[in-house]
Amino acid sequence: MKAAVIRFPGSNCDQDCHYALQHVFGIPTDYVWHKDSSLKGYDLVVLPGGFSYGDYLRCGAIARFSPIMKAVVDYANHGGLLIGICNGFQVLTESRLLPGALVRNRSLHFICEHRFLRVGATDNPFLNLAQPGQVLNLPIAHGEGNYTADQATLEELNANRQILVRYCDAQGVVSDAFNPNGSLNNIAGICNADRNVFGLMPHPERACEARLGSEDGNVIFQSILNHLGVRAVA
Amino acid sequence: MNTTAVSLPQDPEITPALIAKHGITPDEYALIQKILGREPNFTELGIFSVMWSEHCSYKNSKPELRKFPTTGPTVLVKAGEENAGVIDVGDGWGIAFKMESHNHPSAIEPFQGAATGVGGIIRDIFTMGARPVFNLNSLRFGQITGDGANVKTNRRLFSGVVAGIAHYGNCIGIPTIGGEVYFDESYEGNPLVNVFCLGVLKHEEIARGAAKGIGNPVFYVGAETGRDGLAGAAFASRELTEESKQDRPAVQVGDPFKEKLLLEACLELLTTDAVAGIQDMGAAGLTCSTCETASRGGTGVEIDLEKVPKREVGMTPYEIMLSESQERMLIIVEKGKEHIVKEIFEKWDLPYAEVGVVKDDGMMRVKVGNVTVAEIPARQLADEAPIYSRETQAKPAPVALTKIPTTDIATALPRLLADPSIASKNWVYRQYDHMVRDGTMVLPGSDSAVFIVREANKILASTSDCNAIYCALDPREGARVAVAEAARNLACSGAVPLAVTDNLNFGNPHKPENFWQLRECVEGLAEGCNAFNTPVTGGNVSLYNENPAGAIDPTPTVGMVGIIENEAHVTTSFFKDAGDAVILLGELGDEMGGSHYLKVLFGRKEGIPPHVDFTKERALHDTLRALIGKGLVKSAHDCAEGGLAVTLVESCICGKKALGADVDFGATGLQPEVLLFNESQTRIVISTSPANADIVLAQARESGTPARRIGTVSSTQLAIKADGNEIRWKIDDLSDEWYGSISRCMSEA
Repeated sequence: MKAAVIRFPGSNCDQDCHYALQHVFGIPTDYVWHKDSSLKGYDLVVLPGGFSYGDYLRCGAIARFSPIMKAVVDYANHGGLLIGICNGFQVLTESRLLPGALVRNRSLHFICEHRFLRVGATDNPFLNLAQPGQVLNLPIAHGEGNYTADQATLEELNANRQILVRYCDAQGVVSDAFNPNGSLNNIAGICNADRNVFGLMPHPERACEARLGSEDGNVIFQSILNHLGVRAVA
Repeated sequence: MNTTAVSLPQDPEITPALIAKHGITPDEYALIQKILGREPNFTELGIFSVMWSEHCSYKNSKPELRKFPTTGPTVLVKAGEENAGVIDVGDGWGIAFKMESHNHPSAIEPFQGAATGVGGIIRDIFTMGARPVFNLNSLRFGQITGDGANVKTNRRLFSGVVAGIAHYGNCIGIPTIGGEVYFDESYEGNPLVNVFCLGVLKHEEIARGAAKGIGNPVFYVGAETGRDGLAGAAFASRELTEESKQDRPAVQVGDPFKEKLLLEACLELLTTDAVAGIQDMGAAGLTCSTCETASRGGTGVEIDLEKVPKREVGMTPYEIMLSESQERMLIIVEKGKEHIVKEIFEKWDLPYAEVGVVKDDGMMRVKVGNVTVAEIPARQLADEAPIYSRETQAKPAPVALTKIPTTDIATALPRLLADPSIASKNWVYRQYDHMVRDGTMVLPGSDSAVFIVREANKILASTSDCNAIYCALDPREGARVAVAEAARNLACSGAVPLAVTDNLNFGNPHKPENFWQLRECVEGLAEGCNAFNTPVTGGNVSLYNENPAGAIDPTPTVGMVGIIENEAHVTTSFFKDAGDAVILLGELGDEMGGSHYLKVLFGRKEGIPPHVDFTKERALHDTLRALIGKGLVKSAHDCAEGGLAVTLVESCICGKKALGADVDFGATGLQPEVLLFNESQTRIVISTSPANADIVLAQARESGTPARRIGTVSSTQLAIKADGNEIRWKIDDLSDEWYGSISRCMSEA
């Protein structure tokens, strides 16, 4: 199996994602430059966090038009596994690969801290090794992670079990008191109806080693490997 | 000396008033005439004024800075040699780090002032060929509690500075993992914004800022030059006044996205063999980078301003040379390798231009097409600014306190915890991405930040410290304490100190009391650095920090970096498990001078500040590290502002899960306020599993460090007994005071 981490100008979690995939999980991983136009031969594509194109105009709005995104959309439409983390999630909503939008945190401040997430649906490639209701501890670091969508979209997300993680407390209680950014229904991450595209604001790649405070990001990468029928080397 | 530099038709006439406006004294002007063998033109006058400003030349502080220890077996690049010093950390890896101030710009425009400060220090680090891996900052503002107009201004400055640092650091993707924030009247109107960056590199990757190789082309890369930040270095080298607000053009505007591209492009270029020399354009922009590279290379540099990328039309040579537009670099390219620069900068969509050539005549020559508009001997301009030894006048020695005021201790402790200087800084560090780059092992809020640099597989600990109240009362002792506290913070994390960078923030050096403070502090820092074997690798001097009420408290900020050889030795400040033994390493202490108890509860900055004995201090650190090395220490927290009581509370509540403690000091014979709130140095509170308590006590005493068991970690209460009295607090109440204080202040804004 082979993974690609897309590098936009201004991506800054690209090296962290590369490290997690290649060194923690032993997945051969390439960087793919935003000016490239092919994603042939990859089993997993990651849109990393950062400030693509400086997040000018709107987070992820310019990245959507970069040459590689045509290949990314094509790859996703053919069922390829695609995960967008933080700024990558913003790029996914801007590209309409995922519904809804991410707007400024309700506090208007950038927020960086560990947060608890309650796992929703697990019948997907990204959380198949997790238990429904399991609580994960992952860091967030964003200024615009406030997920919003219209009522019809929200109902559809719920009906199709597309809400994969929500902000909660240590016991898994989902309520507004544990919502860091004002996200609709505490949504932290969703997948598309075809279940091959996953976008989330928290950073699983920052939670892959006990020495950094949490290994709860592992279940996401291991689920992907499990789905692809590959066992992690590391 | 030839006299080819012409005056331009639009140049104003050089008059004594114009010279004075450039901050150049009549004697300095005479020296300029002598160096040139003629009158300078307007452009040249501007060039001299920025290069001979304190910010660029250190003309008022150089003789003092020579007192710092700067050598040692681990020093790869010495202070002052290059943009930042480099220290060996083993296995062929080095670290480059430095601290720099952006005080004046932040006073005028807090967001951009602080943001560009971060941008500047990051450029200093990657100019060395190092990949920046983390940032710290040391900030000081006026008081933020209350609702006076000045308090609102202080909150605006605080909030703007934090947002500016967050904006730049978060976007460029370098974690801001620690630092310090203090609030004190003396910084009203003149906040201090000291920013620190550390990068890693292999020994053979160290890049030099010298213009080597006659005939090599000189490239300009990065953002276009605009009119922003005109003569910022000169602006930073005078006092802030009411009129300073009109100096807003002297504040630069930062673009972290562009710097991220510049950083990646430069590091990529430095892996090739195309670079003969590289220098960032920071203070004094194109002026400083051309004359400094020529001076270091023993060469000359000739540039043509027509070729410089500009974002505005009609800029004069004076404006181009003095612009401090951000995100620009000067690169001396090996002749014949120009295509490599072009390929890499085109890949990153960054402007670049060949603007000049290295010459053998020692001159910095600036042309516009065929017309020479400035021609100055580079070495004299860059390195031979006049040096001054200013007059000193000692301030009166601090007076010993005769009586310590009493108080209701039950309410005094929560009040101290809620003081913004002591309270949790989570409102600040939550706004900084402190986890990007996947290396933050100890999150902000412990004694020092601990970061594993994956590239090098090295665990580094880093802290910045300075108690300016002590420095105001006794500058020498205060500076000594700053170094000792930094080393103690590192020891509490399990680290061995390696080296120091400093940021000397003082008032106008022409006032003899201010200059005396500078000298005393430098000598105090030097004593401390010698005591802990930590050479000074560089830093920054910021003078003229004044407001209408006078100079700031002298603030020699110490940034110290250490190394932790074994991952298992990384130690945090907070208690881990109920039932663990709480042990005080060091004495109970009794020094109340300069204490936060007096300042916060009684508004008094008085007394003789605590004295530090370096022999005892070193012994304490060695003892602690030995205990940590044996796996006997579960937490270690240094005793500082607010004394033992605050240290104990922080040990209880800093962790993920708040704990309590039952503490019994026995019979001490001390006034309770003195026992709980004195700030004597050389003390650390540790916790250990109950089974190891006696071993820890025995080993500490054996190595000559006083040690006593003072209590046991519990769950929901802090109970302190001494001399027959007992006071109890609910941990949740204390935690709320401490954790939420700054947010509460800021939501009133």
